[in-house]
Amino acid sequence: MPHRHSDRAVEGAPPLLEALGIVKRFGKLVANEIDQFTVDAGKIVALLGENGAGKSTLAKILYGYYAPDAGDINLNGKLVRIKSPRDARALGIGMVFQNFTLIPTMSVFDNVALFLHDLPVVVPRAEILRRIRDYAERFHLTVDPWRLAGQLAVGDQQKVEILKELLAGARVLILDEPTKVLAPQESEGLFRTLAELRAEGFGIVLITHKLREVLAVADRITVMRHGRIAGVVDGRDATEQVLLALMFGEGAASASSAAPVAPTHQDWGEPALELIRVSTTDVEGRVPLNAISLRVGSGEIVGIAGVSGNGQRELGDVVLGLLQAHTGAKLLWGEDATRWPVAKVREKGVAEIPDDPLSLACVPGLTVRENLALGSGGRYALRLGVDWPRCDADMQRSFARLGFARPDFATRAAILSGGNLQRVVLARELAHEPQLIVALYPTRGLDARSTTAVRALFRAARDRGAAVLLVSEDLDELFELSDRLVVMFRGGIAAALAPKDFHAESVAPFMVGAHEQADAA
Amino acid sequence: MLRDGATLWHYAMRARAFALVAGIALGVFAALLIAAGKNPVRAYADTLIYVFGNAYGFSELLVRMTPLLLTAIAAALPARIGLINVGAEGQLYMGAWLTTGGALTLMDLPAFLLLPVLTVLGFVGGGLWALIPGMLRGLRLVNETISTLLLNYVAPLIVSYFIFGPWRSPESSSYPQSPAFVDAARLPTFFHSRVHFGLVLALAALALFSWAMTRTRFGLDIRAIGGNAEAARRLGIPVVGYMLVVMFIAGGIAGLAGMAEVTAIQGRLVGELSPGYGYVGFLVSWLAGTRASGIVLMSFVFALISSVGDILQITQGVPYAVVDILLAVILFIVLGRGLSLNY
Repeated sequence: MPHRHSDRAVEGAPPLLEALGIVKRFGKLVANEIDQFTVDAGKIVALLGENGAGKSTLAKILYGYYAPDAGDINLNGKLVRIKSPRDARALGIGMVFQNFTLIPTMSVFDNVALFLHDLPVVVPRAEILRRIRDYAERFHLTVDPWRLAGQLAVGDQQKVEILKELLAGARVLILDEPTKVLAPQESEGLFRTLAELRAEGFGIVLITHKLREVLAVADRITVMRHGRIAGVVDGRDATEQVLLALMFGEGAASASSAAPVAPTHQDWGEPALELIRVSTTDVEGRVPLNAISLRVGSGEIVGIAGVSGNGQRELGDVVLGLLQAHTGAKLLWGEDATRWPVAKVREKGVAEIPDDPLSLACVPGLTVRENLALGSGGRYALRLGVDWPRCDADMQRSFARLGFARPDFATRAAILSGGNLQRVVLARELAHEPQLIVALYPTRGLDARSTTAVRALFRAARDRGAAVLLVSEDLDELFELSDRLVVMFRGGIAAALAPKDFHAESVAPFMVGAHEQADAA
Repeated sequence: MLRDGATLWHYAMRARAFALVAGIALGVFAALLIAAGKNPVRAYADTLIYVFGNAYGFSELLVRMTPLLLTAIAAALPARIGLINVGAEGQLYMGAWLTTGGALTLMDLPAFLLLPVLTVLGFVGGGLWALIPGMLRGLRLVNETISTLLLNYVAPLIVSYFIFGPWRSPESSSYPQSPAFVDAARLPTFFHSRVHFGLVLALAALALFSWAMTRTRFGLDIRAIGGNAEAARRLGIPVVGYMLVVMFIAGGIAGLAGMAEVTAIQGRLVGELSPGYGYVGFLVSWLAGTRASGIVLMSFVFALISSVGDILQITQGVPYAVVDILLAVILFIVLGRGLSLNY
């Protein structure tokens, strides 16, 4: 089979992986219409695009997860048929999904071994272990092979995902939004790994919508828009402006640049939320809170910084009333709310945007419309039913105010992309001018434009007198939005900072617990 | 409109799946009959003639359908909230038990008072019985699948104790059963057949179930809990409260089946009240994908299958137990497909 020559011909060797004329439709929606997408050995290709631009679809086609309606895939210049992920793996194409696929109750070693397609009946433990150690050292993927996968931090789980792909013989590695779940320093580690892989001739596809990462690491940037390739830019020539223009069309680039910082408020209004030495019990799988005292005033954004898993989710749960304080008290607008049920807390005007909308805030089996009506208490009660026209109208208004494209309310939530689901949750939670917004990583998984919109929204909420408790791992986001910053570490408050101390250097030591070591010394 | 096309396609797929299951099941069963030296064509023809050929046969089909409809709802309603209630059998017995208690103590009441009271008692009997596993689940002590199943073995023993002991009829000392109910405690029947008012109750319950699930806030909350209990909790929906109410109502509906059996069919409490209606009802609900229309269709199919057993026993001399084989084949195929017909 002669391989098709294209603009690659000058370099002689065919690309490692090449997709030509790929078309994929879901019903009437054209998810992908790709003329050419290539991955070269020893190169990092960034696949950039807004939520729903078709990046994940293309990746899933390359990995054999979806069958394309038309098009060819060539591997080293040879036409291949990839009918399943199994085929893809056998051909040396590996993929690390957004949601990891490790078995939590098995060790790292077992997870890796399980993934090897040519595993003999008697597992050659020493051999596999040697290879794990070898790869781990070469690519900065060191992780204890005997730890249970479920006990690992997210960053280490990702290392295991990459390790198992490498051991299974992957030459092309597709990573779907790999930094979405990582803390900044973990992202650095990932990029070191990718650089090593590139040096050894692996082909890497990095799916992301974070411009900064793309500009930092990619050799070539393929920008997708509406299922098509909007442009291919060489990594050296790329600028933020060029990429934004390709992502959103001309004229969008200027709109997404950072909004001016809001005026700093000096005197906060009445306290909306007060936590007074709140501690929670040590339940398995939860970080116990340790004497948290916190005050969020009306018209104030209080940022919570910290590496995730240091009690942020528990803090949110305490405010919402899901988790009871063992000792201490919680006041909402001056009233003792320590024992209020969730429904009452929400009724009083508390909105929550949890960190994982799919599993914590949505019911995938229900329609978007039904999801939007959930948790509204009796607001849309119409006799025994729901006043759907009124609910729809409110939600349409909320989508419009947020500047989000409105999904078809009749579709099931399960088929929405992660970013769109996040928008549904935001539209619902912010529809009724909440007086206290508890937001956990609200812009994680959103593209640049939606991120800007959400941040503007928090500012607007603050300016109309709402209190905002913003948990984030993105320090820039926290610095930009917060009026005060609190750093959490191991369930306690490590530091409270004023805007003059908003620098990574002053926050980082508290995030990793360096202050405690210093105290002890 | 796109949705109409999708709906049509959806029904076509379900009809196809249904035809496939029915075809394979009837085929395997036919092979079995041939192996036993019987003529399957003859057997199926006999069944059709018996059931649809005369009013009596058809009325008996409706009589069989009634408890299946009720026990299927008893499984379908908890399924919507994410609970697996395999205890309709026991709930049916306890509904019958409490109904009997009422019928034997309140026999002086006129029918227009007594029957509503007995209906409520049947509902409450089954409901409270189902509330036990509901509470165990709510307190996170025992999984409801296990507790509802185990309680199925307890309920008939309670009934046995009463018909062997306190309620044993003095007239029939050789056979353990309660005294016959007074006429005022007998549920009305229609058309000079055994078709009874329980069928009306069952259809009303089914309509109410369907309406509540699709049209009320409670249905929305229940489906939300079933779809993602964690999200529901975060949204302030009282998850445990809903679970308790749902289990009570589901048990109550199964209890109505027991009430109808003793007041309409048996006229007294007997030990062998149900030939496994609760279990078949669970199967019906599951095959129907917990949908009301599917429950009607599947109850009809299973009532037909149990008629097959009766008829084969009479015309071909095959024991009734062969029906269990047919049921097992159907269950096996459906499990093997890894799906219910609900897609």
